[in-house]
Amino acid sequence: MEVSVTVNGEVRTADVEPRTLLVHFLRDDLGLTGTNIGCDTSSCGACTVLVDGRSAKSCTMLAVQADGADVTTIEGLAGEDGLHPMQEAFHECHALQCGYCTPGMVMAAVSLVDEYSDMDADGVREGLEGNLCRCTGYQNIVKAVLAASE
Amino acid sequence: MIPAAVGYVRADSVEAAVAALGEHGDEAKLLAGGQSLIPLMRLRLARPSVLVDMGRANDLRGISVDGDTVSIGALTSHSDLEHSAELAAACPLLAHVASQVGDPAVRHRGTLGGSLAHADPASDLPAAVLALGGTLVATGPGGSREIAATDFFTGFLESALAADEVLAGVRVPVSTGGWSYQKFNRRAQDWAIVGVAVAEGGAGVGLVNMGSTPLRASAVEAAVAGGAGASDAAASAAEGTEPPSDNNADPAYREHLVRVLTERALVAAGA
Ligand SMILES: Cc1cc2nc3c(=O)[nH]c(=O)nc-3n(C[C@H](O)[C@H](O)[C@H](O)COP(=O)(O)OP(=O)(O)OC[C@H]3O[C@@H](n4cnc5c(N)ncnc54)[C@H](O)[C@@H]3O)c2cc1C
Ligand code: FES
Ligand code: FES
Repeated sequence: MEVSVTVNGEVRTADVEPRTLLVHFLRDDLGLTGTNIGCDTSSCGACTVLVDGRSAKSCTMLAVQADGADVTTIEGLAGEDGLHPMQEAFHECHALQCGYCTPGMVMAAVSLVDEYSDMDADGVREGLEGNLCRCTGYQNIVKAVLAASE
Repeated sequence: MIPAAVGYVRADSVEAAVAALGEHGDEAKLLAGGQSLIPLMRLRLARPSVLVDMGRANDLRGISVDGDTVSIGALTSHSDLEHSAELAAACPLLAHVASQVGDPAVRHRGTLGGSLAHADPASDLPAAVLALGGTLVATGPGGSREIAATDFFTGFLESALAADEVLAGVRVPVSTGGWSYQKFNRRAQDWAIVGVAVAEGGAGVGLVNMGSTPLRASAVEAAVAGGAGASDAAASAAEGTEPPSDNNADPAYREHLVRVLTERALVAAGA
């Protein structure tokens, strides 16, 4: 099936099998390997991208479901004048160690601060419950998200 | 894992979805938000022959309040329910329960109709719709029919929908009396080990994960109607249930939990 998806502002067209997961379309067909795969159970959030501006687990969505949609991956977040404020905050607050969860964590966080206003630390923790990090203990991730949401 | 090979058709309206189900037969499956079906397909616990993708049937998306009835399209996402000011005013229990489902990414894509049609006893929204005494609207080749929520859940992951029927929407009464949702779990993002939804100060009580289907706690409702206090009414919360056993809890622990959570919910709802 032919799908046409606007990825990071550019229309990308490909012929995919209906069973192709969005994350495989991004990584294997488009070569956008910033989006990671961390589980088989839709639990870890490493694969989080924005679909029409809202976070979605790209391992729990078919590429055909994204036909006509606007998808943003970690590669599309930085602008002409440098990093996105959320990326900047992760950098400043040292919110990553191995970095495996980071692309998904950043995308989920961008969606979160857009969706919920006036969040405190508890709100951020709850809002990121679908994103697992095995390294940081979350402390600095929460700090970074709060910093970026100010 | 990658799902098994599958056919795919897009159905952008309820009529198109019904027609596609008729054409492709019993092995075809509707795809709404995909937040239950795609995980099952990835584990190959589900292997439909054809997916009928109704994700863009926008006529099935939306919330409207008319008099004392709230009508919600089947494709309305958990996130739409959570953020709707109209729903928060007309039926705060449903808006709140939607906000307790999974995590934000799941709520952006998962739908009310999918949650009900999937008929998982561990899901949050079916218990709320039961407590509210909701009505489900099913559309098939011969037209539409109404199914009371109490008649909808027929077995583990089984509903009263026929193979060629689509759940088009849900109606619940406007409900602004005392309400509460108590969801007990031990890890972030998890499903309820046990959950209790209370509407209208205890007139309606729905239970999560206390049997093979979402359940209504009739004994508690009767006790509340008879004037019992929260603690006395909650004592009968496990009556008629057959709680499952899993890594999280055995049946006896679930029975204990449901009594404790029901009492908390009734107190919070002002019973
Ligand atoms: C990580 C994760 C955590 C989750 N946590 C929770 C949780 O805590 N609580 C909870 O309640 N749920 C949870 N869920 C499930 C989530 O709520 C799903 O969104 C919901 O169960 C199914 O809705 P859907 O639109 O995604 O349906 P789909 O996955 O698209 O479909 C599910 C089933 O319903 C059928 N179906 C869908 N729509 C219709 C319709 N309109 N008419 C007839 N049949 C239809 C499909 O054919 C399929 O069999 C979680 C999911 C994930 C991935
Ligand atoms: S890869 Fe783990 S949730 Fe998508
Ligand atoms: S930084 Fe290693 S998993 Fe999060």
